[in-house]
Amino acid sequence: MSLPYILIALLVLAVAGYIVGRGKALSSAGGDSRELHSLPGYYGWNVVVSILVPALLLLIAWLIIQPIVLDSQVSSKISEETIAASSLDLIMSDVVRVAEGLDLAVSQGVMSADMASSIRTELTDVRSRLGEIGVALGSEVTAETLRAAQTYRSISGTGLLLRSIAVLAAGLIGFAVGVMRTNKDFRARNVVETVVRYILIAAASIAILTTVGIVLSLIFNTVEFFRLYPAADFFFGLTWAPSFGGGSELGIVPLIWATMYISLIALAVAVPIGLFAAIYLSEYATSHVRAVAKPLLEILAGIPTIVYGLFALLTVGPLLMNVFGSGGALGVSWMSGASSVFTAGAVMGIMLIPFVSSLSDDIINAVPQAMRDGSLGLGATHSETVKQVILPAALPGIVGAILLAASRAIGETMIVVLGAGAAARLSMNPLEAMTTVTAKIVSQLTGDADFASPEALVAFALGMTLFVVTLGLNIVALYIVRKYREQYD
Amino acid sequence: MNEMPNFEQAKTMTESKISANKVQVYYGDTHAIKDVDIEIQPRSVTAFIGPSGCGKSTFLRTLNRMNDTIDICRVEGSIKIDGENIYDPKVDPVQLRAKVGMVFQKPNPFPKSIYDNIAYGPRIHGLSRSKAELDEIVASSLQKAGLWEEVKNRLDEPGTGMSGGQQQRLCIARAIAVSPEVILMDEPCSALDPIATAKVEELIDELRENFTIVIVTHSMQQAARVSQRTAFFHLGVLVEEGLTEDIFTNPKDKRTQDYITGRFG
Repeated sequence: MSLPYILIALLVLAVAGYIVGRGKALSSAGGDSRELHSLPGYYGWNVVVSILVPALLLLIAWLIIQPIVLDSQVSSKISEETIAASSLDLIMSDVVRVAEGLDLAVSQGVMSADMASSIRTELTDVRSRLGEIGVALGSEVTAETLRAAQTYRSISGTGLLLRSIAVLAAGLIGFAVGVMRTNKDFRARNVVETVVRYILIAAASIAILTTVGIVLSLIFNTVEFFRLYPAADFFFGLTWAPSFGGGSELGIVPLIWATMYISLIALAVAVPIGLFAAIYLSEYATSHVRAVAKPLLEILAGIPTIVYGLFALLTVGPLLMNVFGSGGALGVSWMSGASSVFTAGAVMGIMLIPFVSSLSDDIINAVPQAMRDGSLGLGATHSETVKQVILPAALPGIVGAILLAASRAIGETMIVVLGAGAAARLSMNPLEAMTTVTAKIVSQLTGDADFASPEALVAFALGMTLFVVTLGLNIVALYIVRKYREQYD
Repeated sequence: MNEMPNFEQAKTMTESKISANKVQVYYGDTHAIKDVDIEIQPRSVTAFIGPSGCGKSTFLRTLNRMNDTIDICRVEGSIKIDGENIYDPKVDPVQLRAKVGMVFQKPNPFPKSIYDNIAYGPRIHGLSRSKAELDEIVASSLQKAGLWEEVKNRLDEPGTGMSGGQQQRLCIARAIAVSPEVILMDEPCSALDPIATAKVEELIDELRENFTIVIVTHSMQQAARVSQRTAFFHLGVLVEEGLTEDIFTNPKDKRTQDYITGRFG
């Protein structure tokens, strides 16, 4: 029985369990639900839980353990010499492929089940027979591989059968135990409460463990990279010139410089505009204007960054060329192409406006009305009140908002890929094309490079650097927000 | 003593500091204040009393146009301070609020140092030409508010770090620093303990020499202790106004009598 059928069977069992559990609870109370400890539905859920929890846990364990057992059983059949000639991984993948080919042949009726488990390379050309049904094999199937594949099939077939039996048995036992426990004094409500708590804990753990997993994969690959390439050259090298033939120079400095430069320009655009927009919306705008303008501003945050990238490439870049390029309005030729640090920075700034404004708006609104009253009551004007009382009181939160926007800017990719160009360069001129850490991670991993080469692994080192920088910014932001949050009270 | 009320009344009829005439206040469709006429005497304390929601705070806030900050609020009728209608379009509400200061229910010092809290108003209005003059204003305001001895050695500490009673006296000092003529107080002691309340009441009594004070209070004892005149509001209407002794010992209106004897409110 394959996986979907097992799940459907469990589901049917669970529905039956719900109905039986609920019914038994009611009948144990003589049909009067007020006699029960819990609401009738809880008894139903209690049975559902005692069916699904053991059965699903067993299923998950089986799914993890069976391939491991299978692997060790089959690989023990392969002789040392064959492994020495190639590698175990390659042979095992051949074995699995042949086994799957045999499965396919049986299911299409090209071979009988007996034939599949008894054919010999000496008698049959397995490669061509499998080729007929669309399973292409790279090399001739050796007798050893075929035998291993046949063992693989037989063990995994038995495994699947046992799996179905075991899981369904667990479900049925759970059913019986659940129903047996059901009587009018059983505290089904508390059982359900506990289960709900564990489900929530599981969800939270998955989120956290994934983060840990991401960080670990970054760390392992980064360590691998530094084994192949000296860390000092990576962190202090002034040239970024990867060449897939080897002998590349992989200095991060030009990439970090461009990342910081673009982020700085983006913040220079986003912070004043976003902050002033937030002040207008929270302090001056009437409720009608606010009701319309705030959602409109937040639409900006919903635009995919690739669209911003197109906007940079097709609109802002050419516009800047018309002003600063050769033959442009200013008669200077400071800009040689539409892609530049300034193009990407300006467009990224527009993208960040809603981040700054929306967070700042919330923070300004959180400043107590008493502060405004106090200042207005002394004869201050509205803008004096904003400048002298509200902004200082809201400052920690606003700084936090800006730092969050900064970490967004540093991690941004699409706008940079399309707007800033692809050449790594160390330059002060904002109208020149440069490229950032994120853009280079994309280009290093999307080539045909050997995955074990420093040219590909450098992507992880770049990613790790970026991760550390943004993590640092986020921690500083959180610290500032927490430390000064309750300054006014 | 018997002639005193008559004498004072006769004198104030001619030169009341604030004179309100047929004042109506609406919050959207709600008619919050109905036909209020009142004369407020200079250099004295007038108390507004009444049950919650009777409109006493709303009326207080019309006196320095703080209600302007509420979108849906509308004021009709005339309120004259020194003979000038403060709802005249020519009047700048910002200038008006410098002349009519306000102290709020909950102490609301700015999250700045004690010094900067007091210097806030004088700086905005450009009342001092030098640092020395500003220092002088800060010191004298704190002295008038009876806070100088307690804070003179820690002027650069945040105003939010003081006790509730000190914070409220700081707010009073902050209002005094812009040399207003009238000080409005909206239940200034409702967030304070009895000892801090006593100090603030003492201060109000001293300030009467230089300022016209209007105080909204929930406590009838407080009204009796600090005020010379008392006005009783009920359901948006000014029921009765007169000398404090008269209101408390010999109220003319049945509603005033019921409120003072604790039958409602």
